[in-house]
Amino acid sequence: MSDRPIIRVQHIVKSFGAVLAVNDVSFDVRPGEIFAFLGPNGAGKTTTIKMLTTLLRPTTGSLELDGLDVTKHPREVRRRFGVVFQDPSLDSELTAWENMDIHGVLYHVPRHARRERCEVLLRMFELWDRRADLVKTFSGGMKRRLEIARGLLHTPKVLFLDEPTLGLDPQSRNQMWTHVRNLRATEGVTVFLTTHYMDEADRVADRIAVIDHGRLVATGSSAELKTQTGTDSLEAAFLALTGTTIRDESATAADQMRQVARVWRR
Amino acid sequence: MAVVFALWLREVKKYLRSRVQIVASLGGPLMYLGVLGFGLGPVFRRAGEGSYLQFMAPGVIGMAVLFTAMFSGIAMLWDRQFGFLKETLVAPVPRLAIMIGRTLGGATVAVLQGALIFVVTLIAGFRPVSVLAVPLAFFLIALIAVVFAALATAIGSTIKEMQGFQMVMNFLVMPIFFLSAAIYPLQGLPRVLAALTRVDPLTYGVDGMRGLLTGNAHFGVALDVAVLLAVGVVFVAAGAWRFSRIEA
Repeated sequence: MSDRPIIRVQHIVKSFGAVLAVNDVSFDVRPGEIFAFLGPNGAGKTTTIKMLTTLLRPTTGSLELDGLDVTKHPREVRRRFGVVFQDPSLDSELTAWENMDIHGVLYHVPRHARRERCEVLLRMFELWDRRADLVKTFSGGMKRRLEIARGLLHTPKVLFLDEPTLGLDPQSRNQMWTHVRNLRATEGVTVFLTTHYMDEADRVADRIAVIDHGRLVATGSSAELKTQTGTDSLEAAFLALTGTTIRDESATAADQMRQVARVWRR
Repeated sequence: MAVVFALWLREVKKYLRSRVQIVASLGGPLMYLGVLGFGLGPVFRRAGEGSYLQFMAPGVIGMAVLFTAMFSGIAMLWDRQFGFLKETLVAPVPRLAIMIGRTLGGATVAVLQGALIFVVTLIAGFRPVSVLAVPLAFFLIALIAVVFAALATAIGSTIKEMQGFQMVMNFLVMPIFFLSAAIYPLQGLPRVLAALTRVDPLTYGVDGMRGLLTGNAHFGVALDVAVLLAVGVVFVAAGAWRFSRIEA
């Protein structure tokens, strides 16, 4: 049971017209581990997360989450993961509690269990005192924490975090990772995350996969990646694997993808 | 069902919290009621048509419902921009439930706004012929609200840019209002205008309300209700179809 990978990705390809965003990527994620997915802007990280979270269909290849085919059983799969997208997805005109509650309804959490979970999670993420405040009055760090709390409400088996610390100050980032690391103990959840901060991946991740130009270039623990590249920091290992060329200078990966998607939808 | 209710409640809560918006959105209908109602009143009376206020009050209520319902579509664009849309799209529930919840929420807000204007017209001197007709008139108001909230959902699911949405709204809302016979009688119109008024769903909504509240329907309330129901089914289907095609 615990030997079976919680996420199994086999030879997935995603093309937007002539652009190959993800090109024959395969990897496994083990239950209960913190798995970091690293790569430069536009490397295919967000596209991969979107495929794993049923928002995009792979062109070819197979995706499994908890033994279920992601493309064949999207609704069952959706019950089994929580996701914090790169861009915020809270309703800022509602209170923290209301955001949590709507999520609980959307995920069919029974009323009583919903109340309990909401309280436990809001306390865990230090938002309980602010539960009745509108989200628009929250700081960036509080919003992120609320999103993670919300993503955990329906007790998912996997939590996807797409750059959860982007735009946060060092204090909030530090606090965020402490929370994420504690999750394994308190929730027993597998965490799949992407980040640009190598020191953070080094600190929290059990295993790391590096993707570049839509291809997986390395997988292993931080120590293994350092040995493999003969470097002494994960940052150096990352640069050794992906080169030092700067990718898109103005647009973020998400913008670029949206643009590509827009063009090809026409 | 719980999902539909939760998303419906969200729209209604947000409406009730936006006090400024509620007051501000009374401005348009109030201006029509005040300026046109009293300004054109004497001419209307001299033409032997009776009280213009009495005539146009159902039209102004219809206008408030139309505007509010159509602008509920803007919530789709905000939700797309601020990400909440994605939260609902990735949830393990059918898209249809989400679309129905949103649309009914928008429609309910429009009904509430219509009720508010109804009270204002009463204060201004509008007198329905029978108290019993008022609940029936609200049934028509609800139909108008659903028709245009569904249309707004269809448009909001299709157009992603705020500017584009505003453009479409201006090219749709004003013509729908002006062609609806909300502010002029349907009798004796030039042929082209007469034809245009007959393809405007709001015409039937206003006519039905006028029939119930003042006893002067042009088409007859039964036909008005039938047309609104038919258009409602088509627009809800269109909204559901467009909503199911949204890509995150």
